[in-house]
Amino acid sequence: MENKEIINKVNDFLIDEFELEEDQLIPTASLKETLEIDSLDYVDLVVIIERNFGFKVKGEDFATIKSLQDFYDYIISRAKAN
Amino acid sequence: MNRVVITGMGIYSTIGKNIEEVNNSLYTGKSGIGFEPLRKELGFRSGLTGILDQPNLKGELKRRQRVGMAEEGEYAYVATIEALKQAKIDDDFLDTRDVGILYGNDSSAKSVVESYDLLREKKDTALLGSGAIFQSMNSTITMNLSTIFRLRGINLTVSAACASGSHAIGMGYHFIKSGLQDIIICGGGQEINYHSMGSFDGLAAFSIRENEPQKASRPFDRDRDGLVPSGGAATVILESYESAIKRGATIIAEVIGYGFSSNGDHISVPNVEGPAKSLEMALKDAQLRASQIDYINAHATATPVGDLNEAQAISKVFGARTPYVSSTKSMTGHEMWMGGASEIIYSVLMMQNSYVAPNINFENPDEYSEKLNIAAETIKNHNIDIFLSNSFGFGGTNSSLIVKKFK
Repeated sequence: MENKEIINKVNDFLIDEFELEEDQLIPTASLKETLEIDSLDYVDLVVIIERNFGFKVKGEDFATIKSLQDFYDYIISRAKAN
Repeated sequence: MNRVVITGMGIYSTIGKNIEEVNNSLYTGKSGIGFEPLRKELGFRSGLTGILDQPNLKGELKRRQRVGMAEEGEYAYVATIEALKQAKIDDDFLDTRDVGILYGNDSSAKSVVESYDLLREKKDTALLGSGAIFQSMNSTITMNLSTIFRLRGINLTVSAACASGSHAIGMGYHFIKSGLQDIIICGGGQEINYHSMGSFDGLAAFSIRENEPQKASRPFDRDRDGLVPSGGAATVILESYESAIKRGATIIAEVIGYGFSSNGDHISVPNVEGPAKSLEMALKDAQLRASQIDYINAHATATPVGDLNEAQAISKVFGARTPYVSSTKSMTGHEMWMGGASEIIYSVLMMQNSYVAPNINFENPDEYSEKLNIAAETIKNHNIDIFLSNSFGFGGTNSSLIVKKFK
């Protein structure tokens, strides 16, 4: 899967499942402060990532993911490693 | 001691999704019962159930507010929005006053079943999502509504089987009467899905008159063959008289009596003494004689033994001349954890609009129901100043509420 394809897929579920607007999805946006993804939302992210990309995220992996770009990079690296 | 009044009502039920629709259905004797073929495929003895659509709350509530809400929570949200609106309680009011919530609920099975099906498949609890735990607890309604409406008062769920909603109002009455709280959102909610009803169906207590769903719920009728499970949610705003007057709220009715008892007997078979004791206690609390009650909304679910014993309990307390009696479960089916609250609303609507809703499908009495003055048809132009509503549940829990027209 190409990087762009992965990013589009991530954006799609953030819009569909998390009800974010497309123009909110700026790579520098903070997941917590700007996109208002809270600790419970991370539990749902684990489920959605597994459904979309087939791998399981450990809760502690989210500790270093601050911005949307960090999130894209993490998904890309895990998706390609699988 | 404070006087306790009702300043708002809201409902989402099989006979109407708001107060106006429900009032029309009650007046015309409309049934909310249908047949769900899936139940038969799953091995249910009866495919009969109340029929109710899920409200669509997308756009109305944020995702985080919705993911932890089970079906009965969604019903309760819709009912509570209507009740708060009628009570003229807005967001600013909720942010500045201590409003409580006491809601009846006694199961939230669907989320439990679905998450364990998923766990067996995935073998990883991390894949169950964040909402399942909040959906699956008995207190799901109060935990969700207290968060959505930012409530700061008493916050708990009353679980007392089919008397849950009635006891919730009774508890709210006492909290306000004693001055502990000024305003409490009270009510009852009931899931209507098959997940919650399989084990109850297994007791063979449900009607199997599947060829005539709308004639299946026949409380007090000689040929009744069991109850029809149903659901929804009903909310009443209880408030101290002083608070209602001070803020200029419209007072709908006054709660004047609450009686309760426990049978101390069989887990599922009711008796006569326990319900009679609850009725008598409510009358005593309201400082009334039985002859002053204008209408009884019976618990009668259409099970052979339950109706028989309630008819005897009513006769024991009211003697040979009973007021009009009807079981609105003939139309709604048995709303279980919700029923004690919805039946207060049904009866208040009759009181406000001067009629007695019919006990539909009452064609022939049995030896005990023939002693009651059962309204088989709508009794039009009938003044109700005071009514009594009974609710009884598994474990022998009994609750009786008396409500008076506000003058």
